[in-house]
Amino acid sequence: MNWQVFAQSLLFGIFVGGLYGLAAVGLSLVFGVMKMLNVAHGELLMLGGYATFWFFSLYHIDPFLSLLPSAFILFLIGMGLYKGLFSPLAKLHEEVKIKNSLLIGFGLSLVFHNLAIRLWTADERSVSVLYSGWGFSLFGLRFPFIRFSGLVLATIVILALHQFLTKTYFGKSIRATTENWESAALMGINIEKTSMISFALGATLAAMAGTIVSVGYAIHPAMGLEWTLKALIVVVLAGLGNIGGAFAAGVLLGAVESVSTLFVGPYMEVVGLVLFLLVLELRPQGLFGKSIG
Amino acid sequence: MLEIEKINVSYGDLQALWDISLKVGEKEIVALIGPNGAGKTTTLKTITGLLRPFGGEIKFLGIVMEKMAIHKRVEIGISLVPEGRGLFPGMTVLENLEMGAFTAKGRSCKDETLEQVFELFPILKNRKKQAAGTLSGGEQQMLAIGRGLMSKPKLLLFDEPSWGLSPLLSKVIYEVIGQINSSGVTILLIEQNVRIALELANRAYVVENGRIVNQGNSRNMLNDQHIREAYLGTESV
Repeated sequence: MNWQVFAQSLLFGIFVGGLYGLAAVGLSLVFGVMKMLNVAHGELLMLGGYATFWFFSLYHIDPFLSLLPSAFILFLIGMGLYKGLFSPLAKLHEEVKIKNSLLIGFGLSLVFHNLAIRLWTADERSVSVLYSGWGFSLFGLRFPFIRFSGLVLATIVILALHQFLTKTYFGKSIRATTENWESAALMGINIEKTSMISFALGATLAAMAGTIVSVGYAIHPAMGLEWTLKALIVVVLAGLGNIGGAFAAGVLLGAVESVSTLFVGPYMEVVGLVLFLLVLELRPQGLFGKSIG
Repeated sequence: MLEIEKINVSYGDLQALWDISLKVGEKEIVALIGPNGAGKTTTLKTITGLLRPFGGEIKFLGIVMEKMAIHKRVEIGISLVPEGRGLFPGMTVLENLEMGAFTAKGRSCKDETLEQVFELFPILKNRKKQAAGTLSGGEQQMLAIGRGLMSKPKLLLFDEPSWGLSPLLSKVIYEVIGQINSSGVTILLIEQNVRIALELANRAYVVENGRIVNQGNSRNMLNDQHIREAYLGTESV
């Protein structure tokens, strides 16, 4: 195999890995604050993708512009889901809480999946903009414009999130709640409100990932589970609740999967899962997590 | 200032507090002493709202607050320095202190209070960019106290401030608690190190098995036969 084929797969892997990272960051944020696993995260990503698709098909709004309204719609949906379904769990004991959040998440994912089939059929859709075919070459490697800008956009979103979490009072209160919610409440932080906004932010991040997927790749009603799984693998690779690490781990998973297709062909999914098991076995705190004790 | 009237608290089926009544007057230092598992921490958690009583009344400055949310109680002037410090270990010293000033009142005079805290504990100023989890035990306790002061509380609650500290450091921390009190903050503290607590406090309550069994002036308590035998490990003379 020549190096160019290898490097090109690596590059495409990094492009898709940025999206894994973006999807995982939202899941990680929600888990960190609420200690709940939202397994319907992939469905939120799917909804974000459809929102962008319909903005484009019906109103001809450029996907990179409709990113904002799509994200906003999912922010509102996130708030509603939190208020209606997840907030009653907040008072429960940690172990019961995570079990119940899994049940609600699975239920939600089924509902959204079937709702999407009902409303929009099971067809695969993709936003095909005029500049779909654009791209440039560098060192003999192909950089498709859309995928490249998807990665750039994902990186910008993550950096903005990082700034928000480290520089603003509200962002810091999200981190404080993640580290110790009882102490956070004793500081005067409204945990209920912080949880709701964090959940809505998680949905927003999913929507942004969904938008980029709808342009550079394809969306369909059944895609949710696939993306939840990727996000979960990435969150475990990075270490639970580690937001910065989640992005890096996403890129890593994308790269490893993509390069492995050269060797194992269609079994690349297995490679990601093997990586997942290895990390759980050898470094359960995650690649970027601090060791416990 | 703080009036607790016959509160009852339980964890599931297990009742932890039975008809606890106590009062803390303005500018007082009151100690709650008693053995492990007697209900001291439970009492503090009930005052801060982490636990809800199923009977009784809690009033702070005349405001009834059994049903008030935890963060609202911070806003009206109650702050807790929790057991085991309860810091945010991954956040810096400065960020921990900023979180202490989360309420509108705390934020409005944040820089000023920050200076006061650094004056009280100069070491924290040198370590302000360091993650809280990397501090020594004594420094962590100083940070927890500093953070508790950042909300400009009227009533500061301490849960075992000498926990895990050497006798010398405990003494330093208790001196600081005395200073905080002289600056006008009312203090309710719970402590297993009974002698050090009684030496500082004006009044004390003894909690055993979830009930208040004794109360009074702390000077008198230091001479009380039961307390000397049970908590100070000395025979009465």
